[in-house]
Amino acid sequence: MSIILDHVNYIYGSDTSLAVHALKDINLVIPDGQFIGLIGHTGSGKSTLVQHLNGLIKPTSGSIYFNGEDIHAQDYDKKKLRSKVGLVFQYPEHQLFEIDVFSDVCFGPRNLGLSRQETELRAYAALKQVGLEDDYFYQSPFDLSGGQKRRVAIAGVLAMKPEILVLDEPTAGLDPKGRDEILDQIAKLKEETGITVILVSHSMEDVARYVERIIVMNQGSVMFDDTPREVFKHYRELEEVGLAAPQVTYIMQALSKKGMPVKTDVTTIAEAKEEILRVLRGG
Amino acid sequence: MLRDITLGQYYQTDSVIHKLDPRVKLIATVCFIISLFIVKSWVGYVIAAIFLAVSIRLSRVPFKYMVKGMKAIVFILLITVVFNLFLTPGEALVSVWKIRITKEGLQMAVTMAVRLSFLIVGSSIMTLTTTPNSLTDAMEKLMKPLKVFRVPVHEVAMMMSIALRFIPILLEETDKIMKAQIARGADFESGNLIKKAKAMVPLLVPLFISAFRRANDLAMAMEARCYRGGEHRTKMKPLKYAGRDRIAYGVLAAYFAGCIAIGICL
Repeated sequence: MSIILDHVNYIYGSDTSLAVHALKDINLVIPDGQFIGLIGHTGSGKSTLVQHLNGLIKPTSGSIYFNGEDIHAQDYDKKKLRSKVGLVFQYPEHQLFEIDVFSDVCFGPRNLGLSRQETELRAYAALKQVGLEDDYFYQSPFDLSGGQKRRVAIAGVLAMKPEILVLDEPTAGLDPKGRDEILDQIAKLKEETGITVILVSHSMEDVARYVERIIVMNQGSVMFDDTPREVFKHYRELEEVGLAAPQVTYIMQALSKKGMPVKTDVTTIAEAKEEILRVLRGG
Repeated sequence: MLRDITLGQYYQTDSVIHKLDPRVKLIATVCFIISLFIVKSWVGYVIAAIFLAVSIRLSRVPFKYMVKGMKAIVFILLITVVFNLFLTPGEALVSVWKIRITKEGLQMAVTMAVRLSFLIVGSSIMTLTTTPNSLTDAMEKLMKPLKVFRVPVHEVAMMMSIALRFIPILLEETDKIMKAQIARGADFESGNLIKKAKAMVPLLVPLFISAFRRANDLAMAMEARCYRGGEHRTKMKPLKYAGRDRIAYGVLAAYFAGCIAIGICL
């Protein structure tokens, strides 16, 4: 169960005067069960890239393989692909339309042609997975708060039981509490089900805590593709393209410059704390 | 998907036609359309074709791009031609069973096809080379005399420019919602008419909600900046005629006079 992108190029409006080369020669392998952070500045092509993963956009040139099959082959079943690769768009709450929360979550599995019982079971499980209480199930989705709406929308994709879950800026426009709750829930989901998760974001801070691999996009190309530890070593280059390493990286760099013999390649606050304590205790 | 609808969407490039005052372009388009219905002989259509070809050339909009936008109306064109061809009474040219093609029918069909396609290409030159905003500016200015009759000219122009401004936004929004629902397994293409209509619900409900939300936001933002239209409102970039606009008016007057002359004489 892996996705392979082979020399993928995408050009918006190729026959107008405003052609934009959004993706330039992207080569990526996304194996099973990874937790990946896809990071880039606004307009770096990350949203365009994720829409290629479930065949919503056809690359201008190059191919995409899911489990070894070309997804743009004549007889490929795109509907099946879309149930396997679940894509949660930016501001997904804008796609809600049903009269109550539960029916909205049922929309995805129902489209897969599942029985009513299976559909409802899945919807219930998905709503539980995103941590929404039963009281809300039969309310109109438009009466919920922003964070709750977003959970419902994410549940709508989860109910299709995807093997790969792609979330495009799932925390955009949420307050810090709502952001942490959503990210924690995603991390928990990843742990419990072992699915592949691709988290799109422009904030290193958000993803550094969770992911095992970071792909940095810049102007339509892949700039870095490595573990967070390795990627953050390039914090100067990241700054140049309008991104930044997590704040702990800067603290550790500053400490090291002042002559404190700490390792600078820590990625989370917890790690940094351990490292500083180790040095202070003279370990 | 929806981005492919190019009929009349502004095409950005730098050309003489782009730089003309929008009032000139608006009047020229109206005159051109009228001229198509004045002339009745082939000489007139040749002149109209030349006028059109020169305008296209000067506008620097690729002809291919223009034709692509016309695909949407090929169907209407086809129906018009077919109806005129078969249903005009007169002297029969070909007659098979009950179907007759008459000389008058053929003439009528060709004329209608030429007129319609010229009309559409002509007006699309205007919208391709003029931003919606300057177009409404032009309308406001040209309709100003109507104020005497208490027509709320400014308000109408404002409503039009807001409506036009929202077309691309709503198109983008539609595209986004469509993709989001397709990602959830929605199917907008297959099935019979009823099934297709039902499939639109997951698209239309979010779209209407978002349109209302945006309208609300815009109204709030306008009020917060103390907007009030009409009297005493000045423009940052008032429309002003330049030398090239006078030349354009001259050319237009010559063309229009020529067409009237041809219409009367031939």
